[in-house]
Amino acid sequence: MKRCIVTVLGKDTVGIIARVCTYLADNKINILDISQTIIQGYFNMMMIVDVSAIEKDFKVICDEMVVLGEEIGVKIHCQREEIFEKMHRL
Amino acid sequence: MINIYEVSETNQMIEHENLDVRTITLGISLLDCVDSNLDELNRKIYEKITTVAKNLVSTGQDIEKEFGIPIVNKRISVTPIALVGASACKKPEDYVTIARTLDKAAKEVGVNFIGGYSALVSKSMTTSDENLIRSIPQALAETERICSSVNVGSTRTGINMDAVRLCGEIVKATAEATADKDSLGCAKLVVFCNAPDDNPFMAGAFLGVTEADAVINVGVSGPGVVKKALEQVRGKGFEELCETIKKTAFKVTRVGQLVAGEASKRLGIPFGIIDLSLAPTPAVGDSVAEILEEIGLERVGAPGTTAALAMLNDQVKKGGVMASSYVGGLSGAFIPVSEDQGMIDAVTVGSLSLEKLEAMTCVCSVGLDMIAIPGKTSASTISGIIADEMAIGMVNQKTTAVRLIPVIGKDVGETAEFGGLLGYAPIIPVNEFGCEAFISRQGRIPAPIHSFKN
Repeated sequence: MKRCIVTVLGKDTVGIIARVCTYLADNKINILDISQTIIQGYFNMMMIVDVSAIEKDFKVICDEMVVLGEEIGVKIHCQREEIFEKMHRL
Repeated sequence: MINIYEVSETNQMIEHENLDVRTITLGISLLDCVDSNLDELNRKIYEKITTVAKNLVSTGQDIEKEFGIPIVNKRISVTPIALVGASACKKPEDYVTIARTLDKAAKEVGVNFIGGYSALVSKSMTTSDENLIRSIPQALAETERICSSVNVGSTRTGINMDAVRLCGEIVKATAEATADKDSLGCAKLVVFCNAPDDNPFMAGAFLGVTEADAVINVGVSGPGVVKKALEQVRGKGFEELCETIKKTAFKVTRVGQLVAGEASKRLGIPFGIIDLSLAPTPAVGDSVAEILEEIGLERVGAPGTTAALAMLNDQVKKGGVMASSYVGGLSGAFIPVSEDQGMIDAVTVGSLSLEKLEAMTCVCSVGLDMIAIPGKTSASTISGIIADEMAIGMVNQKTTAVRLIPVIGKDVGETAEFGGLLGYAPIIPVNEFGCEAFISRQGRIPAPIHSFKN
């Protein structure tokens, strides 16, 4: 399993989760966990996903997610999990 | 499993507090390029660098994208060129051809700086060392990406005062050779005492002869992250203050360790060290001076500055050391004047003087860094400032360095513009009493005694 963290940050609007999940499903990315909160008045969602079945290059997925975010009007990042693991876990 | 607050803390650091990996520096040994034929030597150097470093920039960009962490610079350090060119270079102009080759190779592989146009002369100089040092003004004026350094002293050998005298002249000559660009050449020339072999930061990077054929060294940064964390502990005691710095330094360094490991794996080149340094940039919110002010100083340079900096430097190391498997380089807090908005402001309002900066260098890495001084300053005065800073390093068994920019045609009250990461600097006054007779003495200052420490 190759885990990544997808974060979505921005103003709340209809269909954010739907659009993101559709993109993930289209690209064979499995969602393992979703959590959502409001931080400083902003919609803030984090998904832990498994990208081991993707057919595109991981960097292409990262770029496409950024573009998708721009379309919806939110900021989407897709990052490998290790950066968070390293920083917050011994 | 990672939770949403941890993820947003990390991303907050990256997006709003300027967390980044400052540099991945690929050290390349050029010892196997040595040849007595100058053309052949240049050909071998170009070939080796463009082969070993071919994928450096693209690998750095891949890691940046996959982990979502900016890697600001990809750079190269090489074996001190005075060693590599000793057999082929008979005069300073011969060394300049190597400088052009290095510059061309740096452009070919896309790195923004290449360090190692250097000579190690802490005890005395060979003819080739001296030729290289004498070639520095022309080399820096004719190239764009070369960084040069000279190690003129160490705790074990004392200070080579002949080299100190020569370096004062060379700094002045470099300033004159690049006078049309506010003496920018001097921003790429460092004079060291106790220079480390594995420093990834420019302008003083070179690959020491004790290192492997190729090695990845990484410099982390993050003054903005420390500043932000300290805002949460305003008015609290030193214990909490220190804990906060340590925890933050740990987190920042872990990112560096991750990037270093990935780069090493992907390039198939061994990982050397992480340099734990708080490296400021001219961007607002990326300043070491602002951290010191957050700790409680009205302005950097005020009484208390040296103590606050000593504490900051020590806590950064304590937090960072556990986060990395190997720590080296310069590790500490950098205080370059032109590259730190808080430092620039402190000089402008008259809070920070050259003398106070010198005192600060006793407790932090590295030295008198990126300080613009009047262009009329004499070579012997520059040598005097270098000698003072070298003495601090020699006696305290630490690395110290001098990167002064005598801005030709400008004086106190004016500003020098270097552009980009090098920033800008108000010209700082220099003590105008001379030291000519001291500097013109021949020979070296003996190594200090290591007992009777008072």
